[in-house]
Amino acid sequence: MSARRIFARPARFAAIAPYIWMLLFFLVPFGFVLKISLSQTAIAQPPYEPVFDLTAGWTAIRAAFAALGIDNFKLLSSDDLYVFAYLRSLTVAVTATALLLLIGYPIAYGMARLPKRRQAVAMVLVIVPFWTSFLIRIYAWINILQHDGLLNRILLALHLVSEPVVWLSTDTAMYIGIVYSYLPFMILPLYATLAKMEPALEEAASDLGAPPWQVFWLVTFPLSLPGVGAGVLLCFIPIVGEFVIPDLLAGSNSLMIGQTLWLEFFTNKDWPVASAAAIILLVVLLLPLLLYERLQRRQLEER
Amino acid sequence: MRKISRLSRFNIASLALGLAFLYLPILILVIYSFNASRLVTVWGGWSLRWYHEFFGDRAMIEASWMSLRVAVASATIATLIGTLAAVALSRGEGFRGRTLFSGMLYAPLVMPEVITGLSLLLLFVALNAERGFWTVTIAHTTLTMCFVAVVVQSRLGSLDRSLEEAAMDLGCAPVRAFLSVTLPLIAPAIVAGWMLAFTLSLDDLVIASFTTGPGSATLPIRIYSEVRLGVKPEINAICTLVIALIAVVIVIASLASKLSSSQGESAAPL
Repeated sequence: MSARRIFARPARFAAIAPYIWMLLFFLVPFGFVLKISLSQTAIAQPPYEPVFDLTAGWTAIRAAFAALGIDNFKLLSSDDLYVFAYLRSLTVAVTATALLLLIGYPIAYGMARLPKRRQAVAMVLVIVPFWTSFLIRIYAWINILQHDGLLNRILLALHLVSEPVVWLSTDTAMYIGIVYSYLPFMILPLYATLAKMEPALEEAASDLGAPPWQVFWLVTFPLSLPGVGAGVLLCFIPIVGEFVIPDLLAGSNSLMIGQTLWLEFFTNKDWPVASAAAIILLVVLLLPLLLYERLQRRQLEER
Repeated sequence: MRKISRLSRFNIASLALGLAFLYLPILILVIYSFNASRLVTVWGGWSLRWYHEFFGDRAMIEASWMSLRVAVASATIATLIGTLAAVALSRGEGFRGRTLFSGMLYAPLVMPEVITGLSLLLLFVALNAERGFWTVTIAHTTLTMCFVAVVVQSRLGSLDRSLEEAAMDLGCAPVRAFLSVTLPLIAPAIVAGWMLAFTLSLDDLVIASFTTGPGSATLPIRIYSEVRLGVKPEINAICTLVIALIAVVIVIASLASKLSSSQGESAAPL
């Protein structure tokens, strides 16, 4: 038996603890979300019924099943508020991801063209903001965008506007916040593929007479598509369910689904509806999640 | 032969603008935390007034303490379990349920936090667990161990496997070969994983809001409720302190990864 095979056996035992942990704290909880999404709202603590009680025997379980219903899902699909929230979440996520790609690509491209030593420094510089707190970065923008904030003062001083512009509680502020927060997630996978690219390919295209934009569009961009895919998924999926950024920066007249879920849960204390909203969100994101999982596995395991 | 210049003016401009965009807002926040004026936007000279205010604010101090304890506890557990997961994934070859295992580890990296938070809360309620320090710690461990696993796995993947195989050919038992050959080589990645887990936990608002109980708010929960009421100079001071703490963590982590990269080529995680 080869050393590699012998090594693999105890390595498999290492899976036991994390496996049990993730089953218990990641997979099983989804069962509870599904169950509660099918139950009725009640004014009680916890605010829902029915509750499975395995000790009460088979008849009680059957009674509990009989009481389950899809009322919450009917509510979510008939009430415009929720339908709009889902549509808005998808629109915001698509727009923001497109913006991120447009802004992130030139930065990643610039990084990949730096001399090798400088590349490492540039990468650290891009990663560092990812480590600093998410909430703090949003708060920093509230400072800048508020009525008498820095941006308005600069615009006024330069006589670009005659009176302060309302930035906060607008979609513009929200998009700034999202792009700002997710930019590292877009840049890093793009940079990873661009840095690995063979420069000779671009040079060959250029030697054969292609103008720079054609070199980029016909050679560079197609070769960077794996990075584009990873960056897009890494941004799109969490943005659909984003709560903090739209809550603090966007106006309150149209909500994203993460906000309605939060509102149903914390303000209305309607756990079943919040759970149903989470289930639908999960179903919407299932395909991108599976795609992302495959990409991640390929990247980490096929070397 | 025409050669494309490697670094065009456009490349430099986009890099400079990109980095300015990433750093200026944080820089402005830090500068204004030393502002003497109560009005956040009017500069009234340098002062440490808001730091005094923070250290006198009991609720904030308690929340900070809670956040630090949760971050240390969850990062430590997450590093232990996440490293085990990484070893199983990169050295365990195929085992039953491997696809489900890797799926469960990679999904939380992008899963919207409202879903993770809600599902964990419903589990804790069903288990009748008292909500507070431990429920938040478990929730954060579940999220951050996935990041640790990815960081450590990427280091394990770039490691030369002939080293541990040589140790075993020379008579080492597998566990011993792992402990005396593999573990020292991946130690920097494990340290970096702990740091990442620590900062992610310190940062989290959504999952903590779902899984904590009355009377045990974390720092982001406190900051969030203050920010909703408007900009306050004291918040600038707290944010600056958090940034300073994270900066120290980053320096340690980058020293660790420098150690790691000097020992061989390492892939950059996240």
